[in-house]
Amino acid sequence: MSDFPAEVKYLSTHEWARLEEDGSVTVGISDHAQNALGDVVYVELPEQDQQISAGDEAGVVESVKAASDIYSPVSGTVVATNPALEDEPEKVNQDPFGEGWFFRIEPNDIGELEDMLDAEAYQEACEEEEH
Amino acid sequence: MSSQTPLQTPLYEQHLLAGGKMVDFAGWSMPVNYGSQIEEHIAVRTAAGMFDVSHMTVIDVTGEGAKPFLRRLLANDVDKLVLYAALYSAMLNEQGGVIDDLIVYQMPTGYRCVVNASTRDKVLAWFNQHATSDTKYSNVQYVEQDLAMIAIQGPLALSKLSEIESVAGIDTLKPFNALMHNDWLIGRTGYTGEDGVEIILPGDQSVHLWQRLVAVGVLPAGLGARDTLRLEAGLNLYGQDLDEETSPLASNIGWTIAWEPQQRMFIGRETIEPQRGKCPMKLTGLVMRDKGILRHGQKVITQVGAGVITSGTYSPTLEYSIALARIPKAATGKCQVEIRGKLKTVEIVKPPFVRNGKILVA
Repeated sequence: MSDFPAEVKYLSTHEWARLEEDGSVTVGISDHAQNALGDVVYVELPEQDQQISAGDEAGVVESVKAASDIYSPVSGTVVATNPALEDEPEKVNQDPFGEGWFFRIEPNDIGELEDMLDAEAYQEACEEEEH
Repeated sequence: MSSQTPLQTPLYEQHLLAGGKMVDFAGWSMPVNYGSQIEEHIAVRTAAGMFDVSHMTVIDVTGEGAKPFLRRLLANDVDKLVLYAALYSAMLNEQGGVIDDLIVYQMPTGYRCVVNASTRDKVLAWFNQHATSDTKYSNVQYVEQDLAMIAIQGPLALSKLSEIESVAGIDTLKPFNALMHNDWLIGRTGYTGEDGVEIILPGDQSVHLWQRLVAVGVLPAGLGARDTLRLEAGLNLYGQDLDEETSPLASNIGWTIAWEPQQRMFIGRETIEPQRGKCPMKLTGLVMRDKGILRHGQKVITQVGAGVITSGTYSPTLEYSIALARIPKAATGKCQVEIRGKLKTVEIVKPPFVRNGKILVA
């Protein structure tokens, strides 16, 4: 069964976001999402310093099976992308909330995080999707 | 069909026990993987894996008219068959498009056709339409069989099978030949580019066979690995690389059409025979050593015209992306593929990419 850690927020499109101590927001995809995708073999990330709006396409994750767009949960500037995913995309499967993170944003408005789902609501959304 | 409850094969419980991630496939609940499709793929290339392919449709065609019936309906010629030999064939419509691709075995009382799950309804309808079209087929019977089918594939497939079941004649069984072992039909066939067998057997015996194979280390593999294995082996998938709108000559299966004898008027012959040797398109391979994944539907741009990717994936053996693409016949060397608005350079290669554990592209 998938993990739904409570310390991050979620989008119904399966991204998670975590507010870091320095005020930046880290983004990745959920354990549920990586399970559904299967073996991840390629990740396309946004550019450093790219301006992104909440809901914009910010990248693509490809498993052997399928390609899936990644949407940004918040608006802001991309301040970091995960360099490890270039050669080890399987980290998305192995540690989706840790070493498998995708990018980090300097948010324009952290209030946008409040629009996201908490773990419980996201888990319910996933269960509904399966039925 | 998707609105109905998916069908379950006799091995459904075994898939759940093995952690199978079940998906709806052509109206059946089937395992797409049991954890990692890459691991399952590698097991088949290097050792032995097995697939539940019981969702495939088995139709026995019998009666006096069975042979002329199949010689009319299939582009390959069942007249080439001897008892328990198998033949790969396309079944064409009058316009020369492909209704299905199938394997047909000669049986003591007629023929056994193994057709795709996704094409079951239209194949049965096609059989029905033509069986009633001419009195010479009036005694042809075509009956769908309720049987299970397990494909054991990989360099160790036969030795693993021999560990659990003593099958007389299996060691000398040639590719595309089958034998009867009690009520099992064992064919030296597959869809992976590796050695192996496909066993068609009664559903109530399939669970015991599956469990015994698990016990000797044959790894259950899902539809995901089945797709990457067949694509590495350069084998077509119906619905992607073959369809009703496309000539078999544009799908790299011209070699399966039996043009001789000339008087055999199989359905579709009149349309495709004039294209023989003149088809402007070919189905061939692409490799992309750069990062990124080639996918079905992406546009291909060559110096002599455009084409399209019919199947694309990440190749677990090569560790980069490969594809089958329908492109102008004259195209060679390098070309470009449009992925999400960006052009990527790829190389045209002749499939297969991988067979019998060996990489065949430079």
